[in-house]
Amino acid sequence: MTIHKAPAEDTKPAYNYAYLDEQTKRMIRRALLKAVAVPGYQVPFGSREMPLARGWGTGGIQVTAAIIGPADTLKVIDQGADDTTNAVSIRKFFERTADARTSEVTDEATIIQTRHRIPEAPLKSGQIMVYQVPTPEPLRRLEPREAETRKMHAWAEYGLMQVKLYEDIARYGEITKTYDYPVMVNGRYVMAPSPIPKFDNPKMHMSPALQLFGAGREKRIYALPPYTSVRSLDFEDHPFRIQSWTEPCGLCGAADSYLDEVVIDDRGGRMFVCSDSHYCETRRAEGHRGTMLGDAALSGLVEETTP
Amino acid sequence: MSVQDMIAPGFSDPVFQSQAAFRALLAALSEPGTLQRVTVAIAPPEGLATATATALLTLADYETPVWLPEALRNGPAGAWLRFHCGAALVDEPASAAFAVIDGAAGTPALSAFNPGNDQFPDRSTTVFVQCAALEGGAETTLSGPGIPGTRKVAPQGLRAGFWAEVRENGALYPLGVDLVLCHGDGMLGLPRTTRIEEAR
Amino acid sequence: MYVAVKGGEAAINATHDLVAEARRGDTAVPEISVAQIREQQALACARVMNEGSLYDRDLAALALKQSQGDVIEAAFLMRAYRTTLPRFGSSEPVDTAAMAIRRRVSATYKDLPGGQVLGPTYDYTHRLFDFALMDTDAAVKPAHDGLKAPLDATMPRVPDILGAEGLMEAELPPEGDPRPFDLTRDPVSFPAGRDVRLQSMARGDEGFLLGLGYSVQRGFGGSHPFVGEVRVGEVSVEFVPEELGFAVDLGDVTLTECQMVNQFQGSKEVPPQFTRGYGLVFGHAERKAMSMSLVDRALKAREFGEAANYPAQQDEFVLYHADNVEAAGFVEHLKLPHYVDFQGELELIRRIRKEREERLARQNEELPEAAE
Repeated sequence: MTIHKAPAEDTKPAYNYAYLDEQTKRMIRRALLKAVAVPGYQVPFGSREMPLARGWGTGGIQVTAAIIGPADTLKVIDQGADDTTNAVSIRKFFERTADARTSEVTDEATIIQTRHRIPEAPLKSGQIMVYQVPTPEPLRRLEPREAETRKMHAWAEYGLMQVKLYEDIARYGEITKTYDYPVMVNGRYVMAPSPIPKFDNPKMHMSPALQLFGAGREKRIYALPPYTSVRSLDFEDHPFRIQSWTEPCGLCGAADSYLDEVVIDDRGGRMFVCSDSHYCETRRAEGHRGTMLGDAALSGLVEETTP
Repeated sequence: MSVQDMIAPGFSDPVFQSQAAFRALLAALSEPGTLQRVTVAIAPPEGLATATATALLTLADYETPVWLPEALRNGPAGAWLRFHCGAALVDEPASAAFAVIDGAAGTPALSAFNPGNDQFPDRSTTVFVQCAALEGGAETTLSGPGIPGTRKVAPQGLRAGFWAEVRENGALYPLGVDLVLCHGDGMLGLPRTTRIEEAR
Repeated sequence: MYVAVKGGEAAINATHDLVAEARRGDTAVPEISVAQIREQQALACARVMNEGSLYDRDLAALALKQSQGDVIEAAFLMRAYRTTLPRFGSSEPVDTAAMAIRRRVSATYKDLPGGQVLGPTYDYTHRLFDFALMDTDAAVKPAHDGLKAPLDATMPRVPDILGAEGLMEAELPPEGDPRPFDLTRDPVSFPAGRDVRLQSMARGDEGFLLGLGYSVQRGFGGSHPFVGEVRVGEVSVEFVPEELGFAVDLGDVTLTECQMVNQFQGSKEVPPQFTRGYGLVFGHAERKAMSMSLVDRALKAREFGEAANYPAQQDEFVLYHADNVEAAGFVEHLKLPHYVDFQGELELIRRIRKEREERLARQNEELPEAAE
């Protein structure tokens, strides 16, 4: 169902295309242009009250609403999957308010709005990633006051962050941050990549896609232009490394993807499956088989279709 | 004659035309040096290129002071901007959110505009530099975010010393103005992150 | 082939049906009307109007009906609607001195021009159930011959009385009297101006402000206030359209205003004066207005050169955390799936534990068997 105003139909009250009024879109667009001009710097913006809850993607939704047009194809994922409830809800929002053409196919999408993952399939030039960001300030847990963190960014004073990471190493032998792992952008700003697993951090570096970040509750927008240096913070003697698993995806056999753990019984039984549902599905369609497909069918994770 | 007769029309379909124009601007500034075109057919007022006029319609409003060269400010372009955008036209380059300059004119210097401040580098001026052509001139090599390796551009009709000014602007990073070169319906972005390679 | 079982969309559709069913409750009981909520739950409506930042009694009642009486959910509905409304401009400042008084009490004077007007208040009710209200047809009959004398036409505000004597901190508009900041349109930066602080508190969570105000009283902020005055009543809202150039009356709104008289301050230049804490809210909402005025005074710490050691004195703390729609959104987002991040934590903790066990095992092997 469409609820936005069609051109030349202005008799009934209705919402503007993509929900936001044009004045708001202009304000967000101006912020986005400054964000790409200063990669990794958090631009304050007049975040609007949205009909979805704060903390549930209102920053990403406002960014998407400000950029989307009739020529776009939108993909929405949460935890890497198109079918998680909040992804479904946000996709529906744009279908209703912007007649958005949507797709689950990563390669077809011109805009990919995401919470917590970057797709496994390589992104390409012309695509735009829109990240939903809960806490845009990478220094917030070290210094709760905005007035202070703003100065730290202004003067590139990131010593506190280095100390915190080194304390981890002293205590546990490694940096214990597994997601929202801080990165240095274009050699200048420390940036929160949003709570993606650190597994995805390397995908941000020199990506051909434009990456936009929206934090609605905290009222910040930031960006990574394509082909921008994004380095995960580390130390020479403790280089950055990503997660790895001892077994491949139980459904498609992929050994190169980020895996979710599915508990299959109460006796310690578990299987690991791709978090990127489209990637997994594509591989199965290509004939790849994981060792636990049968079990997954039994537990209702997948179903067998007649070809 | 009514005001509408004197002032050229703006967008015929503001929602979709501004969306399309914004995407061209976003591409221009996120991939510096790539030639982007605004596909919207509008009749710009005298003194503004189609690309400049479209960009201002897309981005400017009562919240964004605009600086225009004096001749434009007091002519149809000034009236057009006030009417369509509700933008305040300011005398002082440093108080402008957006500015339009003639790339061939000697003044104002890029350094006359607001470079932002260290806590809010986003508060800098975006300058639309109108020039004679975006292609066919002497080549300049760019590098930086948005550019895989290097990218060559060859705009024409820019004042002597323009690239040196751009280089000085880049040295202010993360402060600095952001530039969009405009000619006809074409745009070419030069944000403050773009480095100008020394000519050999 | 095997395809993933997708239930997200079906589940969302089903939950919409279930919430409609839960909202209606037992259909043998008559459905409540918006008008009933508006008239009979007016204090809840006032809270929804305040925290939803929109003065519309009917919509506040509808929001409460739609949200099953969940006040924060109702405020959320109001705000999501409000954000889409076109803006015509700002009204003229309302004149609370000219308020049509329903209630007005002062703790600083035994009597004053206009007198104490108790009006409707729960203050002196004994909190004993009125079981007669269990019946729906209990007609309201005044049990007492109330004072029906008309109120005085002039009801000067207590701080104005003090101000006339020079004893109250004057509050003048900032230079040029600019339009107040609108925190629903522009991002806030710190330190925040008083217009931003008052605006944030007016729409802030009543419970949060109550707790902060209480903390100030208990010593976390050291305020020693007197209620100069609390007044409740109707004021008219006027607007000057550009094309007319003169003020037009848009109608009346009910407001509650509280002005606290606080510990005096003085300096070389200024003789000692009492300082002010201010609260102004929609509808009859005294607790909210009083809490707001306590915190307003606490937030003036910087202006008066006082140490800002406690939460109620720190603008960033108060403003970022007073908004219950934002707070509820972020607290409740924790129930969204986080299994990708949790998997990262699982991988890490298992690996660290395994490495630890291996290390301990190695150390045990290397130990000489001295104990035996």
